[in-house]
Order: sequence, then C-alpha cells, then structure tokens
Amino acid sequence: MTDCFVYDTVRTPRGKGKKDGALHEVTALELSTQTLKAIRDRNGLDTSKVDDVVLGCVDPVGEQGGDIARIAVLNADYAETTAGVQINRFCASGLEATNMAAAKVMSGEADMAIGGGVESMSRVGMGASGGSWSTDPNIAFKSYFTPQGIGADLVATKYGFSRDDVDAYAVESQKRAKAAWDNGYFSKSVIPVKDINGLTILDHDEHMRPEATMQSLAALNPSFASLGEFAFDGVALDRYPEVEEITHVHHAGNSSGIVDGASAVLVGNEETGKAMGLKPRARIRAMASIGSEPCIMLTGPADVSRKALAKAGMNPEDIDIYELNEAFASVVLRMMQSLDIPHEKMNVNGGAIAMGHPLGATGGMILGTVLDELERRDLNTALVTLCVGAGMGTATIIERV
Amino acid sequence: MTTYENFSFDVDSDGIALATWDMPGRSMNVLSQSSMADIASIIEKIMSDDGIKGAVITSGKGAFCAGADLSMMGGQAGGGEGGSPEDRVKGMYEGNLKFNMLLRDLETCGKPVVAAINGTALGGGLEVTLACHYRVASDNPKTQLGLPEAKVGLLPGGGGTQRLPRLIGAGAALPIILQGSSLNPEKAAKAGIVHKVVPADQLIDEAKKWIREVGDAEQPWDKKGYKVPGGDPNSKGGAQVFTIGNAQLHKQTHGNFPAQKYILSCVYEGLQVPIEAGLRIESRYFTKLLMDPRSKAMIRSLFLSMQELQKGARRPAGVPEFQVKKLGILGAGMMGAGIAYVSAQAGMEVVLLDTEQAGAEKGKAYSQKLLEKALERGKTTQDKMDATLARITPTTNFGDLKGADLVIEAVFEDRGIKAEVTKKAEPMIAEGGIYGSNTSTLPISGLAEAYSKPEEFIGIHFFSPVDKMQLVEIIMGEKTSDETLAKAMDYVKQIRKTPIVVNDSRGFYTSRCFGTYVSEGLAMLADGIKPAIVENTGKMTGMPMPPLALNDEVSLELGYKVRQQTKKDLGDKYVEGPADKIVEKMVVDLGRLGRKAGKGFYDYPEGGKKKLWPGLADLVETKIEEADPELVEEYKKRFLCIQALEAARCFEEGVVTDVRDADVGAILGWGFAPWTGGPLSYIDMLGTKEFVELCDSLAQKYGERFKPNALLREMAEKGESFYTRFAPPKEKAAA
Repeated sequence: MTDCFVYDTVRTPRGKGKKDGALHEVTALELSTQTLKAIRDRNGLDTSKVDDVVLGCVDPVGEQGGDIARIAVLNADYAETTAGVQINRFCASGLEATNMAAAKVMSGEADMAIGGGVESMSRVGMGASGGSWSTDPNIAFKSYFTPQGIGADLVATKYGFSRDDVDAYAVESQKRAKAAWDNGYFSKSVIPVKDINGLTILDHDEHMRPEATMQSLAALNPSFASLGEFAFDGVALDRYPEVEEITHVHHAGNSSGIVDGASAVLVGNEETGKAMGLKPRARIRAMASIGSEPCIMLTGPADVSRKALAKAGMNPEDIDIYELNEAFASVVLRMMQSLDIPHEKMNVNGGAIAMGHPLGATGGMILGTVLDELERRDLNTALVTLCVGAGMGTATIIERV
Repeated sequence: MTTYENFSFDVDSDGIALATWDMPGRSMNVLSQSSMADIASIIEKIMSDDGIKGAVITSGKGAFCAGADLSMMGGQAGGGEGGSPEDRVKGMYEGNLKFNMLLRDLETCGKPVVAAINGTALGGGLEVTLACHYRVASDNPKTQLGLPEAKVGLLPGGGGTQRLPRLIGAGAALPIILQGSSLNPEKAAKAGIVHKVVPADQLIDEAKKWIREVGDAEQPWDKKGYKVPGGDPNSKGGAQVFTIGNAQLHKQTHGNFPAQKYILSCVYEGLQVPIEAGLRIESRYFTKLLMDPRSKAMIRSLFLSMQELQKGARRPAGVPEFQVKKLGILGAGMMGAGIAYVSAQAGMEVVLLDTEQAGAEKGKAYSQKLLEKALERGKTTQDKMDATLARITPTTNFGDLKGADLVIEAVFEDRGIKAEVTKKAEPMIAEGGIYGSNTSTLPISGLAEAYSKPEEFIGIHFFSPVDKMQLVEIIMGEKTSDETLAKAMDYVKQIRKTPIVVNDSRGFYTSRCFGTYVSEGLAMLADGIKPAIVENTGKMTGMPMPPLALNDEVSLELGYKVRQQTKKDLGDKYVEGPADKIVEKMVVDLGRLGRKAGKGFYDYPEGGKKKLWPGLADLVETKIEEADPELVEEYKKRFLCIQALEAARCFEEGVVTDVRDADVGAILGWGFAPWTGGPLSYIDMLGTKEFVELCDSLAQKYGERFKPNALLREMAEKGESFYTRFAPPKEKAAA
C-alpha cells in the first residue's frame, strides 16, 4: 500500500456560532473556499494534480447541502477536474474526511487529495439536517436514545468525575488555549477570514474565555438536568442500571463551544509531492473508526484509539501527544483514565471547550494543531481522535518524517 | 326503504339519510362483522342513490358505540388458531385492513357524512365518527369519547392513529391514544375532536343543518395543501414531539408494553405519507401487535377476566342478593379509615369504632380530607360531601354497631386483640349479617375461632390506600360458608371493587407471592449485585416499586421479626434465607430499620430525595458492578419467575383456584408486571416447559427456591398451560 503524507494544514479562526459572531456574515461556502484557496496558494499547488476534495459537514442542508465540497472546489477556482465529496461522521467528519482522502491516496485512487470540513453553526443550526435516530420509535427504543449532553453527564457519573473535576479540566483548557495563542503556536495553520475587499473579518478564535475560574464556572447551572429529569435520565438508567442517578455536571463552560469555521488538510503520495516540490510533514501511520455503545455515546475515543494503536503496532505510551476533541470535559477525562494518559500529553494547547467545535471542520483543525505542536516540540508521534454521535469514534495516528 | 340488520335507514325530504345504529338484542352497539357489513351496504347506498345528498349516522342506544368486541379480539390475539403462521398473519392483516378501508370508503363516498354522537363513542366507535366529515355531539357530560385500546394492550386499528393526529396534531393526539384516556363532549370540542356540542334534542337537526348549509364531503387531509397541525414528524416541532414522546414512554414502560410503542410508530410513520398508506401502516402494526403474546395476555387479564370478576363470576349461585346498609368497622387506623370512606361513598351507614374517641374521629377526618380534595377538583359537591360524612359515625361504643349487616375488623395484627373485639362485636350483628377480618397475615380459620358461627366469618383483605386500590382479596376460612362468601362479594360489588377468592394460608395469596419479590431483591443484594442494579432492574421488570425501597417501606424490622418468629416456629426446619444476615446486621447492629426510622437501605435526607445508603458496599462485597441488557434480562426473569413460581405453588396447594383470581389479583393487588397479564399468564406465555427449564437453571445458579413444583413439572410434561388445563367456565353469552 502506498504511504500517505500530510503536506499542509490550514484552518479558519473559529467565530462565535451566533448571530453576533464575526463569521455569521460569511457563508459556509466562502469559509470552505478560503481554506481551499489558502492551502493552494501557500503551497503553489497545481490543482489539476488534486484528484479529490473530501469535506466533512454535519448539517449538510441549505447552503451547506448539495455536496458543498464540489461547490467549494468550483468557487475556489480549482481545476475543473478536481472532484469534491461531502461526508458526514457527525463530530469526527473533518477527521474522517482526511482519513478518506488519505485512503484514496493509499489505495492509489488519488495522488493528491484534500480533507477537512466546514460548519457554519450560526447560519445552519445544529440538528438542521434532522434524522430519525431520536424520532423513529423503532430505533430510539432499541438504542436507548439519549441526547449527548446526558451521555456526557452519564460518563462523568459512571466513571466518577465530579463537578469540580470537569470544571478544573475546563479552566485548564482555557488556560492552555490562551497560552498557545499568546505564544503564536497556532499561527502556522490559522488563516484570517477576509471580506471581498481583502479586509480581515476575523483572525483569532472568538469564543475563548481565558478569565474563567473555578468560581466563575461554579456559578453556571448544569445544562442537561431538566432535560434529564424530564425523561432521558430514565432511559439512560435502563441501559446503565448500575447508576442510581445521573449527576448533571456539564454546562456551557465545560462543554465545547458552538462556533463557525472550516479546515483543509493536504495529503498525497511521496512521488507527487516531490514532483510538486512539496515537503512532507508527517506520515499517516494508522487510521480507524469504530462503533461504541450509543446510549452513553461518547466512549468511542478510547476504543478507537486502541484499535488504531493496534493497527500501528503501538502502545498508548508510544504516542508523544494526544489530541481528543473536547466535546465535553468528561469525555477527555474518561479517555485519559481508560488509556492512562497523563494530562501533560493530552490537548496540550487546549481544545474545543475554549476555542469551540465547528462540528464538520474540527477533525481537520485539530490534526493541524497537533502536527504544528509536534514540530514545535520536535516530537514524533501523535494520535488525534474525536467522540462521535450515535456511539462512534474516529482516530488518526501521524508521525513526523 | 332499505333494511339492515343493525341499522334503521330513513331519507328525509331534503335527501338527507339518517342511519341509526341499533343492534338487536344488545344493550350496546359493537363493531361486529354484521355491523361492518351493514356499514359497507350503507356506504354503497349513499354513493349510488342520487336522491341522497348526505347522511347522518347516529345510534338508537344510550351510547353511540363501545368499539370492537374485545372477546372476539382476545380470541384473535396471540396469533389465533388454524392455518400456517404466515396465513394467520396475512389473514389478520387483510381483515384489519378491510375494516380500515371500509372507513376510508365512508370518508371518500363523495357525499357529506355527519356523526351525530348521542352518547359514548369509544375505540372503533370513535373511529367510525372520525371517518365522518363532521362530528356533532349531544351535551351529556357523562358521554365518553376516546380510544382506550392501549389500556388493554391494543392499538386503535380503525384509523384512529392516523385520523386523530391529522385532525389535532401528533402532540395533542398522542397522549390521548397512548393513555387511552377519554374526554367528555365539551373537552373533545375544545380539543378539536368534535366540531359542535348541542342539547340532545337538537342533535339530529344540527347534523342535518350542517349537511344542508356546509356539506363539505372532503376530509381536511384529503384537501390540497393539507398540513398536519403542529407539523409532520420531520418538521422541527414534530421531531420534538417524537423525540420527547419516545423518551417519556421508554422511561415509563421500560419497553415492556408493545402497544404504546407501536402507536408511536403508527403516528410517526403514518404522518409522513398519504392517509391510505398510513392506514396500511396502522394495519401492519395492529397485526404485529395481535401476534404478540403480551397483547393476548393483557386483553384477557386486564379486560375480560377483570370484567368477569367484577360481574361476580366467582360468586356462588343461588344465594339471594345481599345488601349492606349498615357497616361496622373495628379500628380506625389507616385501613379502617379507608374502608369507611369507600363504604360511605357507596351509600352505607358506617360505624367507625376505635378504643379512643379521638382515634375514631381521626379516622373519619381521613374521609373529610379526601372529600375536600375531591370538592376542590370539582369531583363532588358540598351537598354530596356533607351527606357522605354524615353517614360515618365515629365511636368507642360497641353498642353503636347494633344491627350492622357486616362488621369488618381492621385492628392491630394481634390474635388476642382480634379475638377480644370479635367477641364484643358479634352480638351486635344483625340477623343474617356476617363478620369479616381485614387481616393480611393471620390465618382466617384461627381467627374465626373467636366467633360463635365460624361459617359466617370471612377474610376481607383490602389494600392500601383503600380508596385507590381496586382489589379486595376474599379469604375463605375452613368453615366459611358459600352463603357468607356470596354476601362478602355483594359488599365488594357495592363498593365497586374487584374481588378475588382465595383459601386460607399464611399470607393468603397476594402477600405470599408479593413477599417473594421483596426477598428476591434481598437475595440479589446478598449475591453481591450492586444495589442500584437490583433496584433499577426491579423497576424495569414492570413492578411499581424496586425491592429494596419496598423493604424500607414495609420496614426491615418487621421483616426481621417475622423471620425470627418463623424461625422459632419451624426450629430445625427453618431454611436460612440468603439475606438473613444482612437484614440482621441492618436491624440489630446498625438500627437501619427502614423508611420510618429515616434510614434503611436508603438514606432519607430531610427535604431531599432518598438515596441508596453508600455503606451497603461495605456490608456486602459488590461482585456485579455493571449490567448490560442481557444480564438485565436475566434479572428481570429472576424477579418474575420467583413470583410466578409462588403463584403456581399457591395454585397447586389450592390457595388460589381460579386462573383469573391469580392473574387479576396479582396485577391489582401487588402490581405484578401488568404487561405479562399476570403470573400464570406469564408462565403460559413463556410455555410451561420453557418456564420449568428456566426455573431449573435459575435454581442451579441462585438456589433451591427456584425449583419448580410438581404441578408445573407435570404440566410441562403433558404440554399443558394454565389457561387450557384450568380454563375458567365460559360465561353465558354476554347480554
């Protein structure tokens, strides 16, 4: 099988996913167009050599619908021959898109491809694409459907993380993100979003709250308590009867933020890269996706990490740094507990609790973040993973070359 | 004039036909085969006769129509008989679809059809009216309109799951269909189910007027541009209805009741397609449901058997009807006070006796409290309340009992005290009157020794709270006569409760079987199963309360004392229970006596929610920390089997002699998982052979208490079920 290399990664800053967010006035198409243009321009790509663009998007309806990847390719003035496909693996879509792009390279289908994703959560609301999981009684009953916030609280209850534990994690995430921005650790990948006149609309992550403290977080009410009490806690206890009662610990301050953004990851084989004068930054060592128990929903990262590690013939301690999307604080705490990963190796520059989680784009973003950090620290291996709706996990292991 | 077997049919000078449903020889209209055939002919007539401009359907009975014949449905349920399974499924589907399409023909006949709802229309009865273009109801507040199918484990199979949500939206329709609740005409009009409510004498005129003046022969859902009120399931609002509806139902039923889930599916899937496809979807789920053994068991126990018992199926024949005019109650505690309330409500003169006047007054105050609440909710009037209260006389004087037709003793469970009050009350009882004891534990034959005529002494065991609990367990002492039994049952009928008849034994039937559930919970705790798992799986079984919480409610101390007594009585023969040591530790060493003491298996923080006592983990080593669905299934079976087994033992020992008593008594008495249709139905549902095998394997794993009794083994060998071998006598054709 052909080796696949990562040549470059770019991402937009993350704008607050609300009507008063800086990126609200920018279309999802424009967000993805700007990342595609940036990755082309800074690498001097001959786009006729890019076979396919795979973009993740979780709510592909409205302006994000109808295969936004191909439309963005056209809008970014890529060669007509560059194809585009939009995929959806919920929160891991951006990483899955990158994995699929890589798989195309490995299989020989593509020589050069782009992965990544886009989500304008302020313009296309979360859940806008509908779906039958929660509404069709047949599957809702069978799989003990529970909203993921309650799954996150269940993770905390079942695995013993208190409100203080999750809040402390959130405070640390804010602190790390602030330090990373202050020291310019993200500058390699982040491109400013500009208007039609070339004026900058946003050049930094807008969602951060570096001033957050244990005290300020303690003032926030749990977000899912009433929803849980209303009905869903009961459903979850049917699946996890060992839990007497779910303790609701998550709130806006220790869960991922709702934001807008896009990402792109350029992958390709060695030969084509060389021909184009590109320098490979990392090799894709292993990729995996897995299904996990859907009611608790968010325990996939540990499972899929084990799977990817096994494919790579590695052990957890062989990984220099980990990047797990901070969907909810308990998700990260649980993976660290399960794989015995020290906090020093996990999400070293903060994560979505501080900077936000533009659903379809995040996977591509955090792959870039961890690659930049490997280079900065001059380390070798990293594992990127995300928890996924309906009980899944997706992971990628990269190593520098 | 055309004639029909079940309808009269007249056309007036305006060309408006009046079809009056009036089945010969029956007090109620039901959707029988012949009624349906008539409806088909009437539709044909309306369509083909150019002189007919429109039609009004009404009823010649007090009620409009009570729905389908459930005894017929009960026969079909569980898959029916004859032919291959595939043929039976196909036959059932096609038969149901035919009815669905018949009503579809009615609403697409091209001429306006009005339902003139003169009285109660339930189930299929209401479904007929929903297939009409306009519904006008007479203003009788006693009229009930609803789709009660779900209550007995069925779903409305005549378009109810399609038309009601199309009419008023899924969010409004689902609670009505899922709960099977009924509405009076005023509420039905407010909900948008009927269009107009008028005085009874204007009903037909109003119906005809609408045909003359409006006469729209097209249902809203057949009109172009129709949208489901509140949105279809893919709209934001619609999706929310189903997301929340699914979760609430899941939480309430733990997935045990197929009917409710299928109803949700019918509405969810049906609202996304044109009504004819929706009707097919409904018929498919209806068929699937009828093939489910749970629905057969539920129809049988929750409807047919219960009705038979209420009508006196178990009352000895030939005893003239007995009426209690004056009732004496000994002991004005919780039970006595409750009995006083229900009896005074039924019009009896009640003498409520206690040792202290204050105690007796307090017992009466209980009725006052309940009545005041009822008054607040508009369920009674001041006059009625005053009259009811005036019928209760609190006293300490046995002389006041003079002339009582029935005296019920509800004093402390102590043989000595019981004997004393029995002796004091006996001379006061009217000639031909009887004496009942509300004991829940002490054998009746022994208590009857204090009464000079033990043949007139009987157990009348109520459940707490008396005003809410529907069951009365009547216990025959060794010498109790059939005449006394008949009289006791007549009293139960007077207070509109459901009687079962059992024979004397320690704990009788209900307490004895119920006890096994409570102790199985303790056994599971002793096995090292995490307490939360014990409690949650208890609930998931369909029992109203988890076992450890029940132990706390009943009081651990009481359980402990009973066991000590039994130990003393049995000596060497006493078999140590798996949890005896835990309970002893809780009671003797730790003083965790139960809810009343503020601590037991749970902690009861002041003003807070009770929580399992964390110290339990130190008392018993936890070996089972998690339970996946497979293990949960096993624990559910543990809970159900131990109770069903005890019921089967009671049957073998003659404690209970009628399968209906056993099943209905279990569901009404101690809340045995209703979706099973009762413990014996549960055994039948699994198959006797399979049940015996299951018990044997449970015995191997968990202890001898799961060993099946001889009767079960014999039945398993012969391939018999309870409802075949002990089939209750068929009732004479219903009136």
